[in-house]
Amino acid sequence: MTFAMPTLTACVQILVYFLLLFMCAKPLGTYMARVYAGQDTLLTPVLRHFERGFYRISHVKPDEEMSWQAYAQAVIGFSLVAVVGLYALLRMQHILGFNPAGMGEVSPHLAFNTAVSFVTNTNWQSYGGEATMSYLSQMLGLTVQNFVSAGVGMAVLMALIRGFSRRGKHTIGNFWADLTRGVLYILLPLSILFSAFLVSQGVVQTLKPYAAVELLEPAGETTTQTIAVGPAASQIAIKQLGTNGGGFFNVNSAHPLENPTPMANFFEMLALLLIPAALCYTFGVMVGDRRQGWAILAAMTIIFIPLFLFCMSVEQAGNPRFAALGVDQTASEQSAGGNMEGKEVRFGIVNSTLWASATTAASNGSVNSMHGSYTPLGSLIPMLFMKFGEVIYGGVGSGLYGMLLFVVMTVFIAGLMVGRTPEYLGKKIQAFEIKMAAVAILVPPLCVLLGTAIAVMSEAGQAGLLNRGAQGFSEILYAFTSASNNNGSAFAGLTANSPFYNTALGLCMLLGRFFVLLPVLAIAGSLAAKQTVPQSVGTLPTHTPLFIGLLVGVVVLVAVLTFVPALALGPVAEHTVLIQGVE
Amino acid sequence: MSRHSPVAVMGVADRVAILRQTFSRLAPRYQLRNPVMFVVFMGAIVTSVLAALNPPQSGEPTWFIAAIALWLWFTVLFANLAEAVAEGRGKAQAATLKTARKDTPAKKMVEMHNRKMLQSVSSATLQPGDIVLVEAGDFIPSDGEVIGGVASVDESAITGESAPVVRESGGDRSAVTGGTRVLSDWLEIRITARQGETFLDRMIALVEGAKRQKTPNEIALSILLAALTIVFLLATVTLLPFSIFAVGEAGKGSVVSITVLIALLVCLAPTTIGGLLSAIGIAGMDRLIRANVIAKSGRAVEAAGDVNVLLLDKTGTITYGNRQAVGFYPVPGVTIEEMAQAAQLSSLADETPEGKSIVALALSKYNLTESNLEQLQASFIPFSAETRLSGITLPDRQILKGAGDAIISHLAKQNAKLPDVAQEKANQIARQGGTPLIVVENARVLGVVHLKDVIKHGIKERLAELRRMGIKSIMVTGDNPLTAAAIAAEAGVDDYLAQATPQTKLEKIREMQRGGELVAMVGDGTNDAPALAQADVAVVMNTGTQAAKEAGNMVDLDSNPTKLIEVVEIGKQLLMTRGALTTFSIANDLAKYFAIVPAAFVTTYPALAALNVMGLASPQSAILSAVIFNAVIIVFLIPLALRGVKYRAAGAATLLRDNVLIYGVGGLIAPFIGIKLIDMALTFIGWV
Repeated sequence: MTFAMPTLTACVQILVYFLLLFMCAKPLGTYMARVYAGQDTLLTPVLRHFERGFYRISHVKPDEEMSWQAYAQAVIGFSLVAVVGLYALLRMQHILGFNPAGMGEVSPHLAFNTAVSFVTNTNWQSYGGEATMSYLSQMLGLTVQNFVSAGVGMAVLMALIRGFSRRGKHTIGNFWADLTRGVLYILLPLSILFSAFLVSQGVVQTLKPYAAVELLEPAGETTTQTIAVGPAASQIAIKQLGTNGGGFFNVNSAHPLENPTPMANFFEMLALLLIPAALCYTFGVMVGDRRQGWAILAAMTIIFIPLFLFCMSVEQAGNPRFAALGVDQTASEQSAGGNMEGKEVRFGIVNSTLWASATTAASNGSVNSMHGSYTPLGSLIPMLFMKFGEVIYGGVGSGLYGMLLFVVMTVFIAGLMVGRTPEYLGKKIQAFEIKMAAVAILVPPLCVLLGTAIAVMSEAGQAGLLNRGAQGFSEILYAFTSASNNNGSAFAGLTANSPFYNTALGLCMLLGRFFVLLPVLAIAGSLAAKQTVPQSVGTLPTHTPLFIGLLVGVVVLVAVLTFVPALALGPVAEHTVLIQGVE
Repeated sequence: MSRHSPVAVMGVADRVAILRQTFSRLAPRYQLRNPVMFVVFMGAIVTSVLAALNPPQSGEPTWFIAAIALWLWFTVLFANLAEAVAEGRGKAQAATLKTARKDTPAKKMVEMHNRKMLQSVSSATLQPGDIVLVEAGDFIPSDGEVIGGVASVDESAITGESAPVVRESGGDRSAVTGGTRVLSDWLEIRITARQGETFLDRMIALVEGAKRQKTPNEIALSILLAALTIVFLLATVTLLPFSIFAVGEAGKGSVVSITVLIALLVCLAPTTIGGLLSAIGIAGMDRLIRANVIAKSGRAVEAAGDVNVLLLDKTGTITYGNRQAVGFYPVPGVTIEEMAQAAQLSSLADETPEGKSIVALALSKYNLTESNLEQLQASFIPFSAETRLSGITLPDRQILKGAGDAIISHLAKQNAKLPDVAQEKANQIARQGGTPLIVVENARVLGVVHLKDVIKHGIKERLAELRRMGIKSIMVTGDNPLTAAAIAAEAGVDDYLAQATPQTKLEKIREMQRGGELVAMVGDGTNDAPALAQADVAVVMNTGTQAAKEAGNMVDLDSNPTKLIEVVEIGKQLLMTRGALTTFSIANDLAKYFAIVPAAFVTTYPALAALNVMGLASPQSAILSAVIFNAVIIVFLIPLALRGVKYRAAGAATLLRDNVLIYGVGGLIAPFIGIKLIDMALTFIGWV
C-alpha cells in the first residue's frame, strides 16, 4: 500500500473548501431554523404571498399540527402520487411536447426505476439523460422531484427535531407547511442564485434542440457532430444543493457543459455538502443547545476528512503495477500524476477524489469521475461512505435524521454505562425508540446484502457485469449499496438498465427511503410526547469530545461489522491481487 | 440475614443443583426466550449434525466440525450456568423463608375482642378480614394489622434482626407479618393479605426469581441485541453466495463451509452480553436483597438508578431525631455553674432524650455530678399539656423549664416578666435552627438552654456524594421554615420542605414530577401513603404500617432511612453492568473478524492472509480459537456480572470516560490477546 502527498496548491484548496463550508453553516443554519419555525426572514416580504397562495389553493392550514401518524400518511401519500405521476410522465413523454430530440417512451421497468429513484432522493440513473429524456421529463418530472424529494427529507428532519425539543405534546408539526417552506424559502432561492452562477460559468440553459456542429477535422464520412444541450443549469443547481445527483447528461458532472470550469467545479462541490452541514447548526438552534449541533457536525467531519485523505493519497500514489514498470506517476507541473483512469484531466486527482468522497458521503451521487476506475483501495472509500448509511453529512434532512438514529444508539449504550436510563436532550431513550432506530439502521444494510447475494447468484444479475472477479463483485455491491442508501452514484461498468436491476434496485431505493423515514417519524412522535428530564451532573453529556468519539465509533463499527466480509471479497481482495508480486 | 458470600458457603448439594439447572435449561422452549443464545443453540445443533454426517469428500476434517460443535454447546451451557449461579444465590435464602411459611394452626376469633370464643383453623384457610388471636409462643399466621393488645414480636425470620420489636394497635407499629413469632403477651390481628400474596410469599417469589419480569431497560437492550444478531445473521448468510461467486470467478479455492459460517455468526453475535443479561438482572435483585431491601418489582430497582431527587425525612435520616442540649446561657447576674446546676436539677427525673441530654451536658461540661432525688427530698413535676412545663420541687425552691411562651405565662402568674436578654437569646437560638428552653427558679429567670437537632454523623458526606451523582436532596420536616433552613444549611441538603404535611409532601412530589424529575422517598406512616404512592421510588420501613407498605414499591427490612442512598447505587450499578458488558461484547467483534475472515477466504484469495494480523497458526486454529474465546469469556465474566461493575459516586462524564476506557478499549484489545493465547495453546497441545 503506497500513499502520496498532495501538492501545496491542493492542500490550500482543500483547506479553503472546508473553511468555506463551515463558515456557511452558521448563517444558513440560523436562516433555516427561522424558516421552519415560521418566523420572519429576509425573504419573507417577497415570498409570503406565494406561501399563502399555496396554502389557499391546496386548503392547507399551516398551523394545524399533525400527529406522527398523520405526518407519515401525508409523506407517504405525497410520495405515492409523485411516483405515479412521474411514471406516467415518463411513459408518455413522446406525446407530450417539449421534445425536440424526439425521445421515445421510456420502458416500464426503467420508468419505474427512475420514478422511484427521483422521488426517494436517490437519483440513481439507469438511463443516459441526453439519450432518453425529453426536455419536459427533465424539467417537469426530474427537476420538480429534485426539489420536493429534498423538501420531504428536510421536513421529516424537522419533525424529528421537534420530537426532541417539545415536551408532553402529541404533534410534530405540519408536513405541508414544512414542505412548502423548505422548497420555497431554502431550496428555490439558493438554486436560482446557483443556476445564475453556473450559467455565468458556461453551463448550458436552453430549450433549443440539440445543436449540430461542423467537425474541425472530419472523420471520414462524418463531418458533423450532434451536441446535446437543454435546460441544464437549472437542474444542476438543485441536483447539487438537494443532494439529488441525477445529472442532466449521462456522464454527469464530468460533462463539460454540466461542469465547465474549475470555479464551477469548486462551487458544485461546496453545494454538495452545504445544506447537510448547515442543518446540523439548525438542529442546535432548534433544540436550544448549539453545542449539540456542532458536536454532530464534528463527528461527521472526523469520519470524513481522514477517509477522504486516504482516498486521495492512494489515488495520487497511482497503480502499483505501473510503478513496478517504472512509469512515473508523481504529480508535477506537466502531469497530475497518480491514477488518472476515469478522471477528467482538468480536475485531476484532488478534485476528483474530494468530489467522490463528498458525493458519496452526502447521499448525492453526482460524479465528476468514474469510481469504478479508482484503485481498489480508492474505490473502497466511496463505498464505505455509503455503507455508513449516508449519515456523514448525508442527504438534505435524511443525513442528519439518519445520524440522529446513530446518536440514539450511542446514547443508549453509553447511557447505560453511567447508570441511568439513557437520555438524549432530556428525552429518555426506551424500548420503542430502540426498536424503531434498529429497524431504520438495519433495513438498508439488509437490502444491500440480500440484493447483492441474489444478483451474484442469478444469471440476470451477472449479465450486467462489465468486469469479472472481485471488480465485478464490487460493481454489483456498489449498485445495491448506492440504491439502498439512496445515494445514486454508480460504479460504472455495471449495465443496470435491465428489468432485473431496474426492479431490484427500485425496490431497494423504496425500502431504503421509507423504512428509515417512517421509523424516524415514529420516534419523533414518541419523543414529543415525553417529558424532558432536567439536566444535572448525572446527565450524560452529549457534546463532549468523548461522546463525539463514541458516536464516530458506533457509526464506523456498525458499518464495518456488517460489511467487512463483503468488502473483503470486493475491493480488499482486488487490492491484494493487484499488489501481488509487486510489493 | 448475614451478608456472607453465597459462593463461599455453597454446599455440594447447591453445586449439583446448579449443574442440573445448567443442563435442564437446554430445552428449546427455554432457549427461545433469549434470541441471541437461541442462535448459538441452533448453531450447536446444526454443527453437531454436520459433524455426524460429514462425508469424507467434504474437505473439512470431522474433528474440526466436532470441535466447533462442542464449543458451541459449551457456549450455551456457560450462559445457562451464569443464570443458574445467579439464581442459586437466592435459592438458599428462599429455602429459609419457606420454613417460616409453613402451615400453622391459627386461633380464629368468632367475635371481635372476645378472647374466649376461639376456633382453631389452619393458617391456609384465613381470608382477609378474619380476626385471629396470637399469644406468646405462637406464630403469626398471616399478614395483618393489630387491632388489640401489645406484644413483643420476633421478626428475625424476615429481617434477620434478633432483637424483638413491639407491635401494638393504632399508630405506626400496627403491621405484623406472617411467619414471625409473638414472644410475650398477645395480639388481636385482622388479617389483610390473601393466601399466596403475603409478604413472605412475595419475598420468596422474588429471591427465587420465579416471577422475574424483564425491566424496561432490559427490554430495550434485548431489542438492540436481537437487531445486532439479525445483522450478523444476514452478513454471514449472504457470505455463502458471495463466496460461491468469488470461487467461481477466481477459479480456485473452496466455498466457505457452513461450519465456518456458523462459527463466524456465533462469534459476531453479542453472545457475551446475551449470555449474561439475565444473570445481571437476577444478581442486581440479589444485591438489593442482601442490603435487606425487598423490591416489589425489578422496574423499581431500575427506576432507583434514574432518580434525580431524593425526599429525605429530617428525623432519623438527617438528624438523630432527638434534640440535644448544646449550651447554657445564663442571664447577667447568674453564674454559668449555677444555671447549669439548676437546669440539671430540673431534668433529673426527665426521661425524655432532651432532659437526659441536659443532664449529660451539665455533667460533661461543668462536671456536675447527678444528685440523688431522694437525698434532695425532691419531687418531680412531669411535663403537662396544660402548663407545658416540667421541673422539680425542692424543699426550698421550685425549678421549672419550658418553651418561651409557657414560661412567660408562668411568670405572669407571679407578676414577673421575662428579661429582654433572655428573650433576645431565645430568639437567636431559634434563628439558628435550635430550640430554646428557659430555666426559672421560682420567679427568677436563670437562663436559656440551647437544644439542637444533631446532624447524623457522615450524612453530610453522603449528601455531597449524591450531589456528585447529580441527585438533588430535599429535606422534609415538620419544623418551621426558620429551623428547617438552619438545619438544611448545616446538613448540606439542596432544598427543604418545612412544616410538611402529607398534603404538601404529595404536592411537592407532583410539582417535581411535572418538571420531569424522578422522585424517591422514604416513609413509614399511614399518612405518608399518598406521597409514597405518587413517588417513583418509595422505600417503606419494615416497621411501617400496612398501608404504607402497600403504597411503596420497596420495603427496607432494617428500617434504616439512609438505605435509600444504597438502593440508588444498586440501581445504577445494575444499568452500568449491562452497558459495560454490551460495550465489551460488541468491541470484541473486531478481533474476531481479524481471526475468521482471512481464515475463511484465504483459499480463494491467498493474499488475504495479510489480514491475519495475529499470526494465527492455521485457518482452522484461528476459527476454533475465536469460538473458544467467545465461550470462555462468558465464564470469565460471570463473577463481574454477579458482582456488578465497580460503582463510585461521580458525574456522568467521569463514569463514561472510565467505563469506555475499561470496557470499550479493553474490549477491543482483550480478544486479540485471548485468541492468540488460545491459538498458541491449541498448537502446543497439537490439536491443530
